Amino acid sequence: MTDTHHAALLVAERITRRFGGLLANQDVCLTLERGKLHALLGPNGAGKSTCINMLSGDLPPSSGQIRYQGRDITGLTAAQRSQVGIGRSYQRTNIFPKFTVLENVRLAAQSRRQQPWRIFSQAMKQQWAIDKALACIDEAGLAGRAERTAGILSHGEQRQLEIAMVLATDAQVLLLDEPLAGMGSDESARMVEVLRRLRETRAILLVEHDMDAVFAVADTITVMVNGQVLESGPPAQIKASIAVQEAYLGQEDTFHV
Amino acid sequence: MRYDLVLKLAAVGGLALVPLSGADFYTELIAKTLVLAIFAMSLDLLVGYTGLVSLGHAAYFGIAAYTVALMSPKYEAASLWLTMPAAVGAAALAALVIGVFVLRTKGIYFIMVTLAFAQMAFYAFHDTPLGGGSDGIYVNMKPTAEIAGFMPFDLDNPTHLYYFILAMLVLVYLFVGRVLQSPFGRVLVGIKSNEHRMQSLGYVTFRYKLAAFALAGGLGGIAGYLYAVVFGFVTPELLSWHQSGNVLLMVILGGMGNLVGAIAGAFAFVAMQEVFSAWTKHWQLAMGLVIVAAVLFLPGGLSAIPARIKRALQGGSAND
Repeated sequence: MTDTHHAALLVAERITRRFGGLLANQDVCLTLERGKLHALLGPNGAGKSTCINMLSGDLPPSSGQIRYQGRDITGLTAAQRSQVGIGRSYQRTNIFPKFTVLENVRLAAQSRRQQPWRIFSQAMKQQWAIDKALACIDEAGLAGRAERTAGILSHGEQRQLEIAMVLATDAQVLLLDEPLAGMGSDESARMVEVLRRLRETRAILLVEHDMDAVFAVADTITVMVNGQVLESGPPAQIKASIAVQEAYLGQEDTFHV
Repeated sequence: MRYDLVLKLAAVGGLALVPLSGADFYTELIAKTLVLAIFAMSLDLLVGYTGLVSLGHAAYFGIAAYTVALMSPKYEAASLWLTMPAAVGAAALAALVIGVFVLRTKGIYFIMVTLAFAQMAFYAFHDTPLGGGSDGIYVNMKPTAEIAGFMPFDLDNPTHLYYFILAMLVLVYLFVGRVLQSPFGRVLVGIKSNEHRMQSLGYVTFRYKLAAFALAGGLGGIAGYLYAVVFGFVTPELLSWHQSGNVLLMVILGGMGNLVGAIAGAFAFVAMQEVFSAWTKHWQLAMGLVIVAAVLFLPGGLSAIPARIKRALQGGSAND
């Protein structure tokens, strides 16, 4: 099989993950294209986190293949995938709480040009890394917060900080695990705006529970149930799908659309 | 403005006055303390800045001490400029090799495996004739600083030796401080804060930790080298887990992740050892109690005291 679409950046081909006897993901196929936001939906325990962990390299698949721009990257570690151009944010805020916002993002930027042997150079004199960090802080909507300590930011700002860190690594594919979780409606709306802007030049996979947000920004939606893909297609198709409605019937997570 | 710089210069100035007092006992005691302070700083690079709690740091101290002892001929002085790089290099190399294995583990396992390797090094010297077995060996002649017929200083002279050690302390302090400002140092601090995040940002953290481990081993080797030169005698005890535990206590006592704290911790440790052992032969019991109290009531160690005093003076309101 070949990557049919020109803009396809990341392709997952029948990836499967077993935990002992449990099939957490079974033959999941996903394609992330530049300029498109692909949302991953499903009830708790559907296997969304397992899927994103396999794509980011945090968890090796039991079988299947992951390709980035046509190149097989299934065996790469998380650090190697970051170097290729895949960045991720985490469901539970994963930052350096005692560092400033700038230092959080500067460290991310520095990862693109590592010169560990230059132990007498000064990190704060690497202007390129600082400039890039400041640009990414702006892009994630955190302008003016650079000198704040990351740990005392509001929850929503910390989620934005995560995005800024991913951007500073020049990631072409953004794997975002519930970036809107725990956000108020204002914060949420701002984040959706940020996502819209980021999508223009990159490929985004969005794992999210907030249905309104998902249907507002997604170009493609994949619904997972019990570790398998139930349905995948444009929002209108998902909305009309009987299978999806049945899967969600009786769940607390029913669609409100 | 540069209040802390003035304090530091005053401290170095004060230490520089010690040999002028003519009290040889105290000069040697403080020389020994300065050596231990270098040792504590080297461990703090791992424990306080990289988040790697090593319980086997004495191995590198001891390997460097044995290197100078084994390199010194019986009836003449070896060259300082040869033995010191060799000793430090041997310690760093040992740390590099051991690091490849121990850094595959984490947390409590890391503590145990570093201890296990240090014990192996201990027994390598204790149970083989290589370094005189359990009796150890003498360094009969202190290394000479002579270079091409010119003798800049003489380590046989206790005052020169004292200033040499003080200079090494300042150099190691400046060196580690500078390294921590570098992109490399920032990565180490990032690893301590959140290693998983560093990996997902594209850092192969194993390599950074290995470099830090070797660097700390080499710096610990400087301390071990100086120790052998000061005392003219090395025994396997230098590599024992007591020694590893003591230096860890100095770092904890001083406050992890603070170089001045590591130095203060070494001074506090030696002072307590002196005071309590003059009182009672059960001095380790008294010292244990003080350390427990310090951990309970002064979580940031000695280095947290200035900030506490400042807070108290400002009525406990401001924190800067």
